[in-house]
Amino acid sequence: MHQTNTVPQTEWVEIGTVDAIPRRGARCINTPTGKIAVFRTQEDQIFAIENRCPHKNGPLSEGIVHGASVTCPLHNWVFDLQTGKALGADEGQVRTYPIDVIDGRIFIVPDLMMAAAE
Amino acid sequence: MAEKLVIIGNGMAPGRMLEELFDAAPGRFDVTIFNAEPRVNYNRLMLSPVLSGEKTYEEIITHGDDWYEANNVTLHKSSPVTLIDRDARTVLSTNGIVAHYDHLVIATGSSPFVPPMPGHQLPGVVTYRDLDDVDKMVAACERGGKAVVLGGGLLGLEAAAGLRMRGMDVTVLHLAPTLMERQLDPAAGYLLEKAFVERGITVITRANTKEVLGTDKVEGVLLDDGTIIPADLMVMAVGIRPSSGLAKAAGIAVNRGIVVDDQMRTDDPAIYALGECAEHRGMCYGLVAPLYEQGQILAKTLIGHEASYQGSVTSTKLKVTGIDLFSAGDFGEGEDREEIVLRDATAGVYKRLVLKDDKIIGAVLYGETGDGPWFFDMLRRQTDTRQMRETLIFGQAYQGGSPLDPMAAVAALPDEAEICGCNGVCKGKITAAITSKSLTNLDGVRAHTKASASCGSCTGLVEQLLHATLGDAYNPAAVQPMCGCTEYGHDDVRRMIIAKNLKSIPQVMQELEWKTSCGCAKCRPALNYYLVADWPGEYEDDGQSRFINERVHANIQKDGTYSVVPRMWGGMTNPSELRAIADVADKFKIPAVKVTGGQRIDLLGVKKEDLPGVWADLNAAGMVSGAAYAKGLRTVKTCVGSDWCRFGTQDSTGLGIRLEKFMWGAWTPAKLKLAVSGCPRNCAEATCKDIGVVCVDSGYDIHFAGAAGLDIKGTEVLCHADTEDEALEIIVALTQLYREQGRYLERIYKWAKRVGSPSIKANIVEDLTKRRHYYDRFVYSQTFAQVDPWEERVNGKDAHEFAAMAEFGLPMAAE
Repeated sequence: MHQTNTVPQTEWVEIGTVDAIPRRGARCINTPTGKIAVFRTQEDQIFAIENRCPHKNGPLSEGIVHGASVTCPLHNWVFDLQTGKALGADEGQVRTYPIDVIDGRIFIVPDLMMAAAE
Repeated sequence: MAEKLVIIGNGMAPGRMLEELFDAAPGRFDVTIFNAEPRVNYNRLMLSPVLSGEKTYEEIITHGDDWYEANNVTLHKSSPVTLIDRDARTVLSTNGIVAHYDHLVIATGSSPFVPPMPGHQLPGVVTYRDLDDVDKMVAACERGGKAVVLGGGLLGLEAAAGLRMRGMDVTVLHLAPTLMERQLDPAAGYLLEKAFVERGITVITRANTKEVLGTDKVEGVLLDDGTIIPADLMVMAVGIRPSSGLAKAAGIAVNRGIVVDDQMRTDDPAIYALGECAEHRGMCYGLVAPLYEQGQILAKTLIGHEASYQGSVTSTKLKVTGIDLFSAGDFGEGEDREEIVLRDATAGVYKRLVLKDDKIIGAVLYGETGDGPWFFDMLRRQTDTRQMRETLIFGQAYQGGSPLDPMAAVAALPDEAEICGCNGVCKGKITAAITSKSLTNLDGVRAHTKASASCGSCTGLVEQLLHATLGDAYNPAAVQPMCGCTEYGHDDVRRMIIAKNLKSIPQVMQELEWKTSCGCAKCRPALNYYLVADWPGEYEDDGQSRFINERVHANIQKDGTYSVVPRMWGGMTNPSELRAIADVADKFKIPAVKVTGGQRIDLLGVKKEDLPGVWADLNAAGMVSGAAYAKGLRTVKTCVGSDWCRFGTQDSTGLGIRLEKFMWGAWTPAKLKLAVSGCPRNCAEATCKDIGVVCVDSGYDIHFAGAAGLDIKGTEVLCHADTEDEALEIIVALTQLYREQGRYLERIYKWAKRVGSPSIKANIVEDLTKRRHYYDRFVYSQTFAQVDPWEERVNGKDAHEFAAMAEFGLPMAAE
């Protein structure tokens, strides 16, 4: 959740509050380079990953969230929200984005999101 | 007078030879031994435990001074021989001792091969051959630091493990891609590497060492890719060479080793060679078992008995505490060879037998080596294994029972035979996955191959393949657990939900000791359904435990858009509904409009954010969600019946509409499709539905448990109803029974097959009180279920679902 140390001098922008995302659910941020899914776990951890399953482009934000994982709604691939790695027998990786949560407000670094398509 | 027997070398081979000799002909020989080492005979196999500190030198002595004395053996310690004078029949040692011989045995063993790379003579570079080497390494360990072991063979690995146990920071460099590649196949080599890495030893394979770095002692090792590994100690363990220089200098025939015949005799009839220095039929042996065999042959030859050495088949065990490894024979692959592989990933077990003409020619055992000797014995005896082929890999303990039924039909299928039609998986792929991924159950096969993961209709075949591939190792659980989060099956979970009065998902997980913190995508939707069905009005539906379609009340499509299907009761519609649908399609630029098989209209390609708008417009025209996404009541298909059809016997359309209006909104274990046909011509195709009604003159024949999807199955007749009211009550009660007994995602026909139609009839047809109870429970449940989800959402429920959390335009910097 707190990954500020991995991010160099950057501008953090608020995208909304933790309460705006249902527990064990996700919401999307629209960017010019695609959607980013912001997840909230049962324990209120917040993770941001690319909203696109590497298998067949399934919208991961629509999947069922369990623990710190999400199951893709199209073909049940499971991804670790923290690392973006596919779990179980499948192999794949989705991009993850650093998120900071301060006092229930969620922050993200727009520059890093824009780099998504590169 | 005793014959003079002189032995050059005091290793394990001559030690064993002498024991045989003294047993068979005590006092016949006057024995003199020249030993280059300053000590008696010890078990070199046990050097590794000495290095690791698990044993002391004293514990590994095989022949102490008293033994030499008792057998009248003259032992010259620290006396390497420099010269053999074949004419005079004498040998001369460096310290000036001369001994005459009648029979001479050369047992000089082997010496470590040190690659002549720059720096190989620096202090700190050691070999691993005898106790002196061990002493040097132990001394280095006391100073601590980094050790590099060159060579990932038997000796190198034992050295590495020993050094590590003495606290060194150890790196093993190995030229080949996997460790011990001469004794192990890559799979076992991989497991071995993993075990070493787990011990904190760095293993670098494909490492080509170029140079030992340092000025007056070892400081590091340079690889050809430029990598420098710092080192305070370097152990050379790349291989051994027979020590044959002395024999060669004496003019004895030497190839790689000293050439001997089947009696261990060199080309000089008075001179024999024994052990690692000898070459027999082109083979030099570096393991102890062949050397013992040679020793026995030589002892017999010396006392004049007929004996002939035929060469040895060797087996290897790695002597590192905690790593069980056995290898024997030839395990390369070949067209004329078969293999049997057994793996157990959790236990770290790998066993592989290589067979040729039904005989074992090679065996590799990792993790569990108890059957090594048994396999090795069969290998040496060339035992025909045909009779025990099915159970061979499981070892000796499994033999003797009746042979397994290999399930002839499935076993006989060719590898290309398609097993799973949904995912295009053939038999070969499944069996390969079972062996290579160590799969032991259905879930594993589904995860790795997707076979039977979609519709599940090939589950039986896949189970048979598991059985055929794993034999007795496949033991399907009597109860298939709901998922990996629990040991309980669906039925048990449902029983507990009622018995323990469990009314929320966290409560179920806590009370039934779920193994995961909040379940998985398999169990959460199932639990949510069970709670919804069992506690109407009390349990609050958990949207986040529902599959996306049920959460947003539309069907997700492959591109992430949705399809929207409004209800058309009994398949009837009218111009204003059709007009509203047309307008919605225009307004929201919906790309496709299709008539479904369930007698309604599908709007395909709706963007998620447009869903509430689409629903609002459809609601305004009087339409509600068709629940085309739901594990619940879908459609009630009808024909026009007595209203229009000249053959119609009853108002099939009317009954269909009545059923749909009565039952819509109900959640069921899996989707539920109904149909009502107005006559036995059955235009509504009621006899392949979950529940179907075929109207006849005398009333209504009620059918159930049909299928026309993955399986094709005609319905069974449940009973006959005289009136429409009775038909409705029976259908509703049947649905409720299914709701209470069906496992999540289990269609009616599968449920009926599982519980049997007699039990269903007993509840619904034969016992009117029970029927009424089921009916009443359904009716009660409906008071909470019949809420149009579209309308709720048009009015703002779950608004977060349909709007992005944040929008970012392109140039952020412009702000």
